[in-house]
Amino acid sequence: MTINEIQEQIIEEFAGFEDWMDKYAYLIELGTDLTGMDTKYHTDSNLIKGCQSKVWFNASLEDGIVKLEADSDAIIVKGIAALLLRVFNNQTPEDIMNSNLKFIDEIGLKQHLSPTRSNGLVAMVKQIKMYGLAYHHVSKQ
Amino acid sequence: MTLDINKIRKDFPILEEQVHGKPLVYFDNAATTQKPRQVIDEMVKYYYKYNSNIHRGVHYLSNKSTDGNENARKIVQEFINAKHLHEVIFTRGTTEAVNLVANSFAERFIQEGDEVIVSEMEHHSNIVPWQMVCDRKKAILKVLPFDDNGELMLEKLEGLITAKTKILAVNHISNSLGTINPIREIIKIAHAKNVRVLIDAAQSVQHKKIDVQDLDPDFLVFSGHKIYGPTGIGVLYGKEDLLNEMPPWQGGGEMIKEVHFEGTTFNELPFKFEAGTPNYIAAIGLGEAIKYVEALGLENINAYEQELLAYATEKLSSIEGLRIFGTAKQKTSVISFLVEGIHFYDMGMLLDQMGIAVRTGTHCTETVMQHFNIDGTVRASFAFYNTKEEIDALYKGILKVCKMFVH
Repeated sequence: MTINEIQEQIIEEFAGFEDWMDKYAYLIELGTDLTGMDTKYHTDSNLIKGCQSKVWFNASLEDGIVKLEADSDAIIVKGIAALLLRVFNNQTPEDIMNSNLKFIDEIGLKQHLSPTRSNGLVAMVKQIKMYGLAYHHVSKQ
Repeated sequence: MTLDINKIRKDFPILEEQVHGKPLVYFDNAATTQKPRQVIDEMVKYYYKYNSNIHRGVHYLSNKSTDGNENARKIVQEFINAKHLHEVIFTRGTTEAVNLVANSFAERFIQEGDEVIVSEMEHHSNIVPWQMVCDRKKAILKVLPFDDNGELMLEKLEGLITAKTKILAVNHISNSLGTINPIREIIKIAHAKNVRVLIDAAQSVQHKKIDVQDLDPDFLVFSGHKIYGPTGIGVLYGKEDLLNEMPPWQGGGEMIKEVHFEGTTFNELPFKFEAGTPNYIAAIGLGEAIKYVEALGLENINAYEQELLAYATEKLSSIEGLRIFGTAKQKTSVISFLVEGIHFYDMGMLLDQMGIAVRTGTHCTETVMQHFNIDGTVRASFAFYNTKEEIDALYKGILKVCKMFVH
């Protein structure tokens, strides 16, 4: 599925929730289910340290496809990271580069990605885009 | 006198607001307090009718604003019982006041190899300015530790002080633990060894009566916005002789006597330390806030807040897996806690969905978090406009969050 198709799918899923409790219960479920990263990858170089919560993030390029991993110490943040992975993992660098992240706003989680939130998610989104750009140049060479 | 809380709540317009469709429960008072109508109205009145840059103006408006600013200084002086009006310096807040002292005091009194003592439970604002000055002066920063209840280990203080120790900077009340520190004793111990003392009263002036002549600190600092006044205004109290000896910190208008390219002479206290156009409207707001608090009576405020603290401590302690950080015998109305297995960010986010405002994270006291080997806490802090019903809402809210995490 394309990045946009996945985003539409998530927006549709969230439209089904009647109140905030259902929505957050789902995020907690996503966060709990995300395998995350082996703690040996919880290294300083993978750490995006916010003053509220930590996000660990790693990217690699395999056969022209971007592979992403993420983890967090806060479950809600991890749940949102799981959604971001669902959208961006296994996509090509070009598709990531040209993508427009819109689902977060539309499912009412914008507050988690405001620059002042310092939970590491904003930096994670930025890094995903940066990796898209960097791998695009790598695969061109 | 018991406070009429329902009547008091009507003075605070924001308390009628809804958050996420639920009535606001505001438990973030240690970060900033809400403002009563009286403060807001007075500031609006000045902007509508009297606004003009203060001091050295010859016209009517300038005189009105100047009077407002200087009247506010008088209110602060009486509030903390300073001996002289010019011992009250207006700053942007507690942080700027500490920076002013750290820089100006160090310039005059701190040499290479000298020592500064802070406590382990200071807000970053009372650590970092001293660290920066110590780096610059090649002085040494020493730390007075606290125990696992969050009480300062006073028995270690005398041993820390040497002939090289110049100043001790400590908070009256910890913003993250709620501990009320025995500052009278601390000041006595320090003064017996000729060490100057700065008291960070940012978390205490809104709860307890402070008399600087009786307590005898050399400096005492606090912020307007934590005592129901506006942001952008704070107070540095300093003893006259010390302030006179200390050089100006910032240069600019207002703080000068005469300016020539060959050299400048400086104005007298308090203006020597008030460079640039001061935030006089905020000073006027602070004056109103102090009048408001004094009309309620700090003793009444403290008695009621202690009641809220006891009630909340009992309720929250009954929740399985909930641990309170800061269990000192003498505490103010602050409860820092964690529930086992639930990150503070998750707890704070979910409580917010229920309209309950708490603060999460390190509360600008990373050294306190390091002491307990944690990354942060959830902090609920109560003011006199809060109620037991609101504490019940917090209690139920935490239980609800716990339930969401069970599945």
